[in-house]
This record gives sequence, structure tokens and C-alpha cells, in this order.
Amino acid sequence: MVTFLMPRFVPRLVSFEGMGRRSASVTERNIACLRSMYWVVMVSGFVEPVLYLFSIGVGVGALIGDLPLPGGRLVGYAEFVAPAMLASAAMTGALSETTFNFFGKMKFMRLYEGILATPVRPIEIALGELAWAMVRGVLYSAAFLGIMVAMDLTSAARALAMFPATVLIGFAFGALGMTVSTVIRSWQDFDLIVAGQFALLLFSGTFVPPTAYPAVVRWLIEVTPLYRSVDLVRALSLGPVGWTQALDVLYLLAVLVIGLTVAGRRMEKMLCK
Amino acid sequence: MVAGAYVLEYHLVNYRRTWRSSALSTLVLPLLTMLGFGVGVGSYVSGGVEGAPYLDWIVPGLIASTAVQTAIGEATWPVLSYFEWLKVYFAQAAAPLRVADILGGHLAFMAFRVLTAAAAFLVVAAVFGTIHSWWAPLTLVVSVLTGLAVAAPSVAYSSSISSDSYLAILMRFAVLPMSLFSGVFFPVESLPVVLRWAAYVLPLWHGVDLSRDAMLGLAPGWIGLLHVVYLLIWCVAGWAVAHRCFRRRLVV
Amino acid sequence: MESLIHARGLVKRFEGFTAVDGIDVDVRRGEAFGFLGPNGAGKSSTMRMIGCVSPPTDGVLRILGLDPRRDGPKIRAKLGVCPQLDNLDIELSVRENLTTYARFFGIPRRVARQRADELLEFVQLTERADSKVEPLSGGMKRRLTIARALVNEPEIVLLDEPTTGLDPQARHLVWERLFRLKQQGVTLVLTTHYMDEAEQLCDRLVVMDGGRIVAEGSPRALIEQYSTREVVELRFAAESQEAYAEKLAGLGERLEVLPDRILLYVADGDKAAAEVQRRSLAPASVLVRRSSLEDVFLHLTGRTLVD
Ligand SMILES: Nc1ncnc2c1ncn2[C@@H]1O[C@H](COP(=O)(O)OP(=O)(O)OP(=O)(O)O)[C@@H](O)[C@H]1O
Ligand SMILES: [Mg+2]
Repeated sequence: MVTFLMPRFVPRLVSFEGMGRRSASVTERNIACLRSMYWVVMVSGFVEPVLYLFSIGVGVGALIGDLPLPGGRLVGYAEFVAPAMLASAAMTGALSETTFNFFGKMKFMRLYEGILATPVRPIEIALGELAWAMVRGVLYSAAFLGIMVAMDLTSAARALAMFPATVLIGFAFGALGMTVSTVIRSWQDFDLIVAGQFALLLFSGTFVPPTAYPAVVRWLIEVTPLYRSVDLVRALSLGPVGWTQALDVLYLLAVLVIGLTVAGRRMEKMLCK
Repeated sequence: MVAGAYVLEYHLVNYRRTWRSSALSTLVLPLLTMLGFGVGVGSYVSGGVEGAPYLDWIVPGLIASTAVQTAIGEATWPVLSYFEWLKVYFAQAAAPLRVADILGGHLAFMAFRVLTAAAAFLVVAAVFGTIHSWWAPLTLVVSVLTGLAVAAPSVAYSSSISSDSYLAILMRFAVLPMSLFSGVFFPVESLPVVLRWAAYVLPLWHGVDLSRDAMLGLAPGWIGLLHVVYLLIWCVAGWAVAHRCFRRRLVV
Repeated sequence: MESLIHARGLVKRFEGFTAVDGIDVDVRRGEAFGFLGPNGAGKSSTMRMIGCVSPPTDGVLRILGLDPRRDGPKIRAKLGVCPQLDNLDIELSVRENLTTYARFFGIPRRVARQRADELLEFVQLTERADSKVEPLSGGMKRRLTIARALVNEPEIVLLDEPTTGLDPQARHLVWERLFRLKQQGVTLVLTTHYMDEAEQLCDRLVVMDGGRIVAEGSPRALIEQYSTREVVELRFAAESQEAYAEKLAGLGERLEVLPDRILLYVADGDKAAAEVQRRSLAPASVLVRRSSLEDVFLHLTGRTLVD
């Protein structure tokens, strides 16, 4: 009797019904506006991290030689930076779609106002846009991993393990980017975002191990999302994998969930006045 | 030419609204690069490069590269939007200005932006003690020359397209590779022959080499003269094409 | 009668500023209902609350028997919205604007394509189907926005100033299409500050001013209640119209002095005009016309509607 009555008294605070379909319709809209030129831009996106890999990993790597890992093992510089390039490319890709483009659609194209007049909810717009950013990010990551394997910077099995990690990184940064987009006021604030992103890129153990920095800076680095991502991908690529990496995954999952929730709430506040 | 100065004034007045946020990127980004790359990565380059410590070697290249980034930034999106969205050029063309004034005034503003960015970087470089020659201020001249050598053709390109997808293509296939493989981070001599020649053809490497000579106090020699002439060719040819593109769109 | 939209004491406040100040509204199935009022009256704010994209600050609001606070998506699925400013998707073509929008309602692709073609026909945009949105004229964009509002075959269509900024020909085309919708049994809710529009389209309307409803009824009933049958508009060449107001005393039921003219409210316009001539006041121009909602508004608020 009790079990029979229960469902009626449970208040429906959040309804997940139809959420997937409605989010997908937002992604679909992005696919519909792909034009010939934009295709070229999209497909060629994977070139960028590859160029970095050749310039910094191979070119500068020739000046550096081998680097010692924490365990004492020596690895070539390209092997050391490649996973970090992968992680930061996942970050950059997710951020460019969810900050610049997302902000433009929200503020200037007033695209979301039109969508919100339909059954689609703010959180579903956020999810749909995020999924779209991920479709691209996933393609780029796969291409980059292929190149890493071809250059013998990692093994095929390890590349397979790194792939889902890059997807998670992309989702986490995408959610973070959206939250940031709902906070900033104008295009000028993007200079701040670019500067922040650049700082992350330079100091997150990407080009040199964080042990190269003074203790205080090092602890600061340890808590940045990009460092956690680099740590995860690098461990998967070069080994060994341990509890720290489980922590990395939890950290990124938390960023994803919190980011999405906050972004959805703030969008609702901004667009549904 | 006086009329061109009015156009420059317009851009400067406009810039007053946004200089604060751009000041952040012109000062903070070089500082970060310096710390993260020069000092961080530099500490792992044990032997130095071409007889100089890595930090000293990379700074002149970073200055030239900053000049190019700034020039490209001003010569692409703003130009496209002044034609396509904001229609600023059309408004200027309705005033008694010649095409050369409109183009020249905007390029002069770009030169100004390049100069301030390079100067900011030079100050940061001085703080880090990477200036070893009285010739160092010449880097500013080199930066403006290099900046204009990429700005002029970029303006021509931006004025002949209608969608920003083409700008993304320019960035991805021309600007980024040029920035990464023009001897800024490692000597071009270690590149495979084909890529090395690509670096020789593009403008940035010439600016990097000149800038390095000035900062490290090396004699540029006749190669230096060749660099200057070659960069000037880019400027003049870029101007000629840009002028034609502007004419085609503004005088109809 | 079933009430599709039911509001009691509806309030909308923005950071201390009250845009909608406790209004009561009931819209019945199949009717065309209008919100009439000057700039800033709170029409759009009300429409956005009804569209479930703006939570009410206070009061009761039920749409199709549901609570917007809880069932927003469910209600919006049955609404068609044409906002005051077109927010068409500039990255898509005319047809794609309809098909992608249909997908937001979960309409299958095949159905969406078919319905898009029908709607383009309905708003006479079939020839422009593959064009981008940007180069369309204002009237075409408006028609496309209206078509987009119909893509989910809504029970209620909300139209916020559907014809503002259009030329007379374009307006008539829009009116004609809206009239056809009404004949098909669709409930229309629209805002306007054009009297002729309200008189043409609305079965019932409310006059809003400063966030409140100041009158309610059918256009005809409102005119009968708040105005006379005819109006004489007099313009005098002199600097001030005021001076002539006294000399017109006793001529009509009521008299309004505007900066550029005097309005005389009378049952028989021609008779009053003749009387003006007889008193040899020699106005620069005389116009006799029927009373309109404009006059109702003037009477209720002491202000003209379109300034
Ligand atoms: N998001 C907002 N924040 C603050 N004030 C607002 C907001 N939206 C509307 N208002 C204010 O509420 C009042 C009513 O605005 P509303 O747009 O509802 O008027 P309206 O009747 O539609 O006028 P119009 O004929 O000009 O469209 C105005 O004074 C407006 O400034
Ligand atoms: Mg309005």
C-alpha cells in the first residue's frame, strides 16, 4: 500500500523526461548551420596541437634531450609533452566553443531567447551546446592520439585508455567555460579569459614538470584543472597509474557537474527575467 | 597625408575605450611567456643555443613574434568587421578621404599598436636582465617593420573575404605555423629543408633574426640588409594589393 | 467558458521597478485578445510571463490549466510565440529556421519539412525558402517569425506587436493571415499600440497603462462606453489652441485640447462642424471622423497613445 502511494507524494523537483531529446535538438541546430567553409575550419582543427607537438616537442625537444620522470625513468621530451598537448588541446577546444561562441549566441544573436520559447530548458541548451563542442573535441583527440602512436610516443593500448580521459577533460572544461560565459559582461572580458587560459597552459606542468617551481607555486599548480588533466593523461601515456589518477577523475567529474549546474542556473536567471 | 592622420586619430580615439583590457594582454602575456617558457623550459636547455643562454636567445624572437601577433590581431577581425558589420570604412569613404588615407590611417594605427606591444615586452625583458646591448631599442624598429610586413597583406586578405571562417583558416594554416617554425623557439637550421625554406619565405623569421642581432649585440652583416629589404618588399606588395582590394569595395 | 489564460493580481517587478502591477486577465478559447497600451505600459512583460520565460513576481497565473512555474516546458509545447523583436537564427536559411525550430518541439524531421513548406506557403515566403535571413525585408522577417510561431500547431499564439514597423501593405497581409488563423480556431493573444490593429483583430481587449489595466471590453463596447459616436478635429492657425477652447464651450459632450489641435466629442459631427462655422471661429482645418480606441485611451489616461 505504502509503495503504491509513494510516487504520488514524491515532489517532482527536476524532471529528466525528454531531456536528452531536447538537448540533442540544440546540437542538431548547430549541425544544420554548418556551411562548406565552416566544415574546412572544423575538420582542420586537429592540425593545431600537431603543429605544437612538432614545434615544441620535436624542435625544442632537440635542445632539451631527455627528462627524468618522478620515478627516475628518463623519457624523451616529445614523449613528455605530447600527453600535455593532448590535454591542453582538449581544454582549448572545449573553451573556444563554450566561451566565445556561446557568449555570442547568448548575448548578440539572441538565439537562446528563441529557443527558450519552446519546451527546451536552459540546462538543456547548455547540455546540447556542450555535446556539440565535444563532438569536435573527440575527433581532434582521436586524430592526435593516432599521430602519437604513429610517432611511437605511446602505445596503441595506452592511447585507447587516454581517449575517454580526453573526453572527460573536454566535458569538464566545457562546463567551466559555460559558467564563465554567464559571468562575463562584454567581449573585452575575453582578454582576461585568454590570459587565464594562457597561464594555465604555461604553468600546468605542460612543458616542464611542476617540481621545477618553488613549493608554493607548485601547490597552486597542483589544484588547477589543467594540471589534474595533464597528470591524468600523462600517467596513462607513460605510467604508472595509481590513486592520484582516480583523484584526477573525481576532480574533473566534480568540475563537470558543478559547472553545468551553475551555468544552467545562471542562464535561467539571465534569459528568463 | 594629413587626411590619413585624421583616420589615425579616429582609431586612436576608438582605442581609448578598450585600451585597458588590451593593456592586460600586452603586458601580462609577455610576462607569463617569459616566466613559463623562457625561465621554465630554459632551465632544462643546459647547453644554451648558439652560444647564448636559452632565455636570452628566445626573448628577441618572442618580441618579434608578439609584434606579428599584435599586427595580425588588428589586421584581421577589425578589418573584416569594418567592412561587413560595422561599415566603418564606408562611413569614412563618404567623407572627403581617399582610399589611401583610409588604408594608410588604419595601418598607421596598427603600427602604433605593434610599437606599444613590443615596447612593453622590451621593458619586461629588461627587468629579467636579458638585454645585453645598446642596440636593443632597435628591436622596436624591427618590430614595426615586421608587423607591417604581415599587417599589409593580412589587411588585403581580410578585405577580400566575407566570412570569419576564412580568418580561422588564415590563422590555422599560415599564422600559427609561421609563429611555431620561424626560429622563435628553436633554430630553423634544425628544420627539414622544405620547412626551412618555408620559414625563409615567410616574413617572421627575418624579423626574428634582426631582432636577435639587436638584442644580443651581434653585427647583422649583409644578411641583415637583405632581411630589411625583404620585409620592405612584403610591406610594399601588401600595400599595393590591399589598396586595390579597398578600392574595389569602397569606390563603386 | 473555458479560460485558457487565467491571471489574478499578476505582478512583475524588476529590481524594485514594477512593470506589471496586479492585473486580472481571462482569455477564452478561440478568441483574439489584445493588450493595448503606450510604450512601457508592461505589455511585453505580461506576454513574457504568459510565454513562461519570465517567472511572475506575485499573483496567480495559469495557462491551459497548468502552472508556469512547474510545467513551463509542457505549456510552451502548446504555445507559439512571436516576440517583439525578431530573434530569427541568422546562421540558417529561411526554411531551416522552421525545420530546426520544429525539432526543439520534438517534431519528427519528415513532418517538420512538410510543415515548413506549408507554413512558407501560408506566409508567402516560398520563393525565399533557401535565402538567408539577413537580406529579408522587415515585413518578410516578421512573417517568418509568425510562421515559426506556428510550427508546433499551437493552441495559443502570442504576438507581441506583430506589425510594428511594417508598411501598410505588409501590415494588411499579416492581418489577413492572422484573421485566417483565428477562423481556424486558434486562440490569439496580441499586443499593439495601433488602434486600427486592435479594432481589426481583437474580439476583446484590455487597455494597459503604467502596468495596470484601465479598461476592458470589446472595441465597440469600449468606444461606446468611453467616447461619443463621432469626433471633430479642429486646427487653429494661432499659436495656442487654448484660447479657442472657451469659445467652443457647450458644443459637445467633451472637449480635449492637444498641443496642435482640439478634439470635440459629439454625437453628430457634421452638425457640430456647422455650428463652429456659424460662430465664425474660422479653423485652419476641420475633420469629422468616427470615434476610435485612440479616443478611448485619451479619455482614460489624458494622453495620446502614439507620441
Ligand atoms: N529586464 C528588465 N529589467 C528592468 N526593467 C525592465 C525589464 N524589462 C522591462 N522593463 C521595464 O518595464 C517597463 C515595461 O516594459 P515592457 O517592455 O513590458 O513595456 P511595453 O508595454 O511592452 O512597451 P513597448 O510598447 O515599448 O514595447 C518598462 O519601463 C521597462 O523599462
Ligand atoms: Mg513591448
